[in-house]
Amino acid sequence: MSGAWIMAGVTFREAARRKILWTAMIAGAAFLALFSTGLHFQVKDATSHNVPPLIVHQVQAALLQIGFYAVNMLAVVMTILTSVDTLSGEISSGTIQAIATKPLPRWEILMGKWMGFSGMIAIYVGGMFGGVAAVGYVIGGVRPHGTVMAALLVYLECLLLLTVTFSCGTKFSTLTNGVIVLGMHGLAFVGGWIEQIGALTTSPRLVTLGIVSSLLMPSESVWRRASFEMQSSLTRSLQFSPFSSASAPSAAMVGYAAVYLLVALTIALYNFHERDL
Amino acid sequence: MSNLSLEVRRGEVFGFLGPNGAGKSTSIKMLLGLVKPSSGQAFVLGAPSDDVEVRRKIGFLPEDFRFYTWLTATELLRLHGRLCGMNAARLRERVPVLLELVGLTPHREKRLRDFSKGMLQRMGLAQALIHEPELVFLDEPTSGLDPMGRRLVRDVIRAERERGATIFLNSHILSEIEITCDRVVFIKEGRVVASHDLRANPEGEVRLAARVRRLSGEAVSGLEKWGTGARLDGERLTLVPRSAHVLPEILRHLVASGADVFEYRPEHVSLEDLFLKIMGEDQGL
Repeated sequence: MSGAWIMAGVTFREAARRKILWTAMIAGAAFLALFSTGLHFQVKDATSHNVPPLIVHQVQAALLQIGFYAVNMLAVVMTILTSVDTLSGEISSGTIQAIATKPLPRWEILMGKWMGFSGMIAIYVGGMFGGVAAVGYVIGGVRPHGTVMAALLVYLECLLLLTVTFSCGTKFSTLTNGVIVLGMHGLAFVGGWIEQIGALTTSPRLVTLGIVSSLLMPSESVWRRASFEMQSSLTRSLQFSPFSSASAPSAAMVGYAAVYLLVALTIALYNFHERDL
Repeated sequence: MSNLSLEVRRGEVFGFLGPNGAGKSTSIKMLLGLVKPSSGQAFVLGAPSDDVEVRRKIGFLPEDFRFYTWLTATELLRLHGRLCGMNAARLRERVPVLLELVGLTPHREKRLRDFSKGMLQRMGLAQALIHEPELVFLDEPTSGLDPMGRRLVRDVIRAERERGATIFLNSHILSEIEITCDRVVFIKEGRVVASHDLRANPEGEVRLAARVRRLSGEAVSGLEKWGTGARLDGERLTLVPRSAHVLPEILRHLVASGADVFEYRPEHVSLEDLFLKIMGEDQGL
């Protein structure tokens, strides 16, 4: 297992050395600055216009949802873009050959890289969720609901996408891999909306269609569960907002996503072990 | 590959020759477990090629070596050493030695992205030797190197042989092979078609071409005593002598038989000649 830790360290160091990690952090900080500025003006205007406190609170809660939604999008994009080339690129360039002939099993190479990316994503998701929650509390005085659980679920979503990216990276070129993973996440995204609209319009066929798309790629449904965890009881009773979830995926769907991740990881390990390098 | 069977003796420098597409790099990749054979098995140092532990004894310089260019030269060697299970103390001692060996000590803190192709190739050689392997596979080690770099590779190979390592060398540059290797095999379409011991006859194979008149058939037959393939075609006599030492005796025999000798030209058969003879002329173009 020591080889895996060495590879995890290399992956982490590569992200830092190639400024991937810092660029993501700077982009995240810019987002937090913009978000806190927006929230600051919203609070100031609401106070000067004597808006009822309940409405102010709901607007701020909605703004926080927008903030978390943006964090989720940024985390998803960062996960896919940073990891899409790591296996397929090194296989096609031959870089992997000098590593794979060292005395460490292939699974340690793959797991090491996976662990390195998982660590980076944990820092990013934790930092960004904490940042948005802190901004909401300090500027708006809003104590967000279920943030820790939501952050863990978004982390699961990112790990799921990371693992699918790794799995496809053992078979396909970088470009094909990126198209497949983004396409699958896009399918899940659209399916999620179809399911929500189906729930609002009480159309069982739309709901079924949405569930099927979630079974094909459960990433978006994990986000919708995270969003549900963060909603207050009042927001839940309103049922629908562009950034929250009207039809909350069940805990079983989260479990399915975890199993999906494990299966994708197993496929990645098998493919990488069996393929020619 | 098809029924490829190779025997490489411990401590020798073994040359692996063949035309493009003959399967040389694929064979090396199979021996290193990078490519899985569709059938059959490959064994290296007595262990299956996919055995992880045996790789502690093996070093490999891939053809067109590439690595993380964001690392410095020192970091690259430290990483490879750690992957080979070397501890920090041994790395502190070994890394400067390797950098000195490949002539890159002044560039030890420079990132590899600022290295030329030749410098990267030297780094590739250093990483292959970091853990003092028993067996070193070098796939086109002089690719991209200038004459000084080529000489350096030759010196490193000699030093490794003196250390007791076995070198498996795949190169297109036959003159390099001729200077460096103890033994070569030629492969074509995935099979070994010939082998040649370069140390058994250090002067190499000699071919004799002469222009003679009045040479009897009996005198031509008598040449078989000193060589093979004696043939008289008009005035042109050709023969492959057993060695360069018998050339004066052949000349005396010709003169004694009453022949007029106008030209007497021994030629050393280079490895390239041998290669072309074994492989045949290129059918392309």
